[in-house]
Amino acid sequence: MSPSVPLQEMIRAIRSARTQCEERGVIQRECAAIRAQFRQADNGGRSHNLAKLLYVHMLGYPAHFGQMECVRMIASPRYSEKRVGYLGAMMLLDEKQDASLLITNSIKNDLSHSNQYVQSLALCTLACMGSAEMCRDLAPEIDRLLRASNSYIKKKAALCAVHIVRKVHDLGELFAPAARSLLAEKNHGVLHGAVVLIIELCERNPETLERFRKTVPDLVQIMKGLVLSGYSPEHDVAGISDPFLQVRILRLLRILGHNNEGASDAMNDLLAQVATNTDSTKTVGNAVLYETVLTVLDIKSESGLRVLAVNILGRFLLNNDRNIRYIAMTSLQKIVGTDHNAVQRHRGTIVDCLKDQDASVKRRALELSLALVSASNVRSMMKELLLFLSSCPAELKAHAASGIFNAAERYAPSQRWHIDTILHVLTTAGGDVRDETVPNLIQLITNASELHCYTVHKLYRALLTDISQQSLVQVACWCIGEYGDLLLRGECQETEAVQVTEDDVLDALETVLQSHMSSPGPLTACLSLHHFTTASRIRSIVSIYGSCIDVELQQRAVEYNALFKKYDHMSLFPPPVCGFPQVCDLLDLLGGSEETLQPSPAVGAPAPGLLINTASTAGGDLLDLLGVLEPAPLAPAPTVPVYEKDGVTLTLSCEKQSDTGLTVTLTASNSTDSDISSFTLQAAVPKLYLSLAGPFLAASHYIKSFLLQVNLKMRVRISYTSQGSAFQDTVQIDSFPGLDAAGQ
Amino acid sequence: MQFMLLFSRQGKLRLQKWYVPLSDKEKKKITRELVQTVLARKPKMCSFLEWRDLKVVYKRYASLYFCCAIEDQDNELITLEIIHRYVELLDKYFGSVCELDIIFNFEKAYFILDEFLLGGEAQETSKKNVLKAIEQADLLQETKEQKVKLSILH
Repeated sequence: MSPSVPLQEMIRAIRSARTQCEERGVIQRECAAIRAQFRQADNGGRSHNLAKLLYVHMLGYPAHFGQMECVRMIASPRYSEKRVGYLGAMMLLDEKQDASLLITNSIKNDLSHSNQYVQSLALCTLACMGSAEMCRDLAPEIDRLLRASNSYIKKKAALCAVHIVRKVHDLGELFAPAARSLLAEKNHGVLHGAVVLIIELCERNPETLERFRKTVPDLVQIMKGLVLSGYSPEHDVAGISDPFLQVRILRLLRILGHNNEGASDAMNDLLAQVATNTDSTKTVGNAVLYETVLTVLDIKSESGLRVLAVNILGRFLLNNDRNIRYIAMTSLQKIVGTDHNAVQRHRGTIVDCLKDQDASVKRRALELSLALVSASNVRSMMKELLLFLSSCPAELKAHAASGIFNAAERYAPSQRWHIDTILHVLTTAGGDVRDETVPNLIQLITNASELHCYTVHKLYRALLTDISQQSLVQVACWCIGEYGDLLLRGECQETEAVQVTEDDVLDALETVLQSHMSSPGPLTACLSLHHFTTASRIRSIVSIYGSCIDVELQQRAVEYNALFKKYDHMSLFPPPVCGFPQVCDLLDLLGGSEETLQPSPAVGAPAPGLLINTASTAGGDLLDLLGVLEPAPLAPAPTVPVYEKDGVTLTLSCEKQSDTGLTVTLTASNSTDSDISSFTLQAAVPKLYLSLAGPFLAASHYIKSFLLQVNLKMRVRISYTSQGSAFQDTVQIDSFPGLDAAGQ
Repeated sequence: MQFMLLFSRQGKLRLQKWYVPLSDKEKKKITRELVQTVLARKPKMCSFLEWRDLKVVYKRYASLYFCCAIEDQDNELITLEIIHRYVELLDKYFGSVCELDIIFNFEKAYFILDEFLLGGEAQETSKKNVLKAIEQADLLQETKEQKVKLSILH
């Protein structure tokens, strides 16, 4: 076909423009000329003009003024003009444009044109950009073409029908009969189109699927013909006869065999044949094998066939071609839940793929590796995963870290291993872990009481080596503050003894402070250490930061200084424990029965701190209330009703027993005529509820419980049975008699 | 298939075929981002990538990238074969095709594509038949034009 000279000249002109500005100038001139031409009468050069406009459009310039020209050209009797007109329609007129409706009539006419190439244009355009309305309009035409035309048109009509069904689902019914009869055709193009159409119909309508199940034997025959036939030059691709058609048929078989024993049986032999006979040295063979494997794994295949399929995937994993390894892992991912053991057999190769250069392959390998972690292989898998984490691409780090945490939590063989693993992650990828990692880790450490010594030593050492990982530093500072005595004591069962002096520890904390991280963690750690160590150096550190530029640090330092001055005599406080607002549910009742108190409880508070392990330790010392440190005059405790309903009354009174304890007495009474049984009362207070002046939580997610003020809140749930019915109610108590609003 | 893009190593678009209805603005955005993503990949890397919620299959032939976005259930490996078949068709038609051929005869590249794929699916699996059809259509175009020229002369 001779090239369009005017078009090529314009292209040359545009390309020779040296700057963007120059190019725009050329384009503007050309567009003006095109516009002028459009307005003129028919001059035989219309197709060239439109082609020019389409080129300009592809460069990214606006071309909407050509839409009407497309409509005109499509209606032209000249094939050259129709051809470019339809091309223009596909490029400029999508279904959202109003002008697209204007071509419906032209398409309709052209569908019945005497020349098949004109028909072809119409079919192609309809299948590319036909709107739902156009599809509804022209569906009967397409159906007619599906039945009574030559192969060239039939194959196109079939794919056009696919588009119609995608746009207007109900029209599927219309095409089902024609689709069925097309399966008897010999022409590969028509067969291919028919299979695509049937797939579409079956996916959308389960009844249609049922009806098409009967075609399984026919499909098996066709496949057999393709696989076993001799060399067919027309359809051969590297020794495979029409791989495109094979892949389609396999997909249809998958849909028909899914969840159906009968259909699956009928295709079993064929699938085995394809799986064993297909040459896998080239991509095209692997494409067919891939589709076969997907089909085998998705239907009710025999176990032998299934094993064969997984083995093929295993072979794919060892293939030199990265693409093949990638799709192998994608497929294995799909079946790792159902055929876990089979996939486990290939764990070694999968783990090797973690070291692949390609990020896509790495990602797949990571997903699969995480899915393959189990109790029996967790130690070795974790080693590999941690190794991977230290060198993995940035975009995978967060996912890898959280995957590792999940796996560690599920399968940790020991607490020490668990802590070590988390620490390792924090050291390598601390910046990519989620926020709740820090409180979770703190919780874990606290729970592992035998390991406190080991943990604090380890964290101290980690702090000495590297202070760049924020989360690690936070945890380390907290730990040092918490278990500083164990650190200073020097001996430790699990690691080598290291002599750590107070000065060493304070040096480390100071280094952190100086590294501009503006986290109050180290300061707070200093505060805690206050009672393990001699106070003077700590006080000097803290007071220096009283004039720090960072507002937060300054504020804390000043507050802590105040504490030091005020509570100098309290240097021998028992070590306070800390809790985390995120981990515990503030003001939510703790689920479960750990907090059940006896009716009419008297809650004593032996220590000024709070314990945090609610889930693991039961017992009555869970609801220690925060101590109030200021001695207050003991006034007679008033009693206030806090709940009254259906004859059940709860009254509350508070009494300060000592400087550090508060007793809350809840009295329940029944004023109804009938007895109340199974009465339980549960009360919860926030684990940690502070209102120190100024923001206290900031970047660190843990808090020390030295408080000057307490706002006490309590939520009480009662449940009881009365007259055969069960009752349950919840009440929140915000103010306590005897305490003022500030809880003093 | 949702769409196919052909672009040069400098990111210039040479062909775009969209099989899903999207606004011009969306098309431009997708094109820009996808082109950037694909160009950023190193030579030995996998031909498949997950981009947004699509599977993208791409392959470089000389200075042109052929990039297809397929649906989740589509076979990536056969898509590579489809790309390869298209390149073979272009090669046969233009005789050892190069990027310039596609630039200066872009409308023909489209005509060939439209004879191979319809509505995003392969319509003809025989290379010979696709080329024959194009040949016939080209002939029709020539004949008709000549007919027109003759009528003007008289």
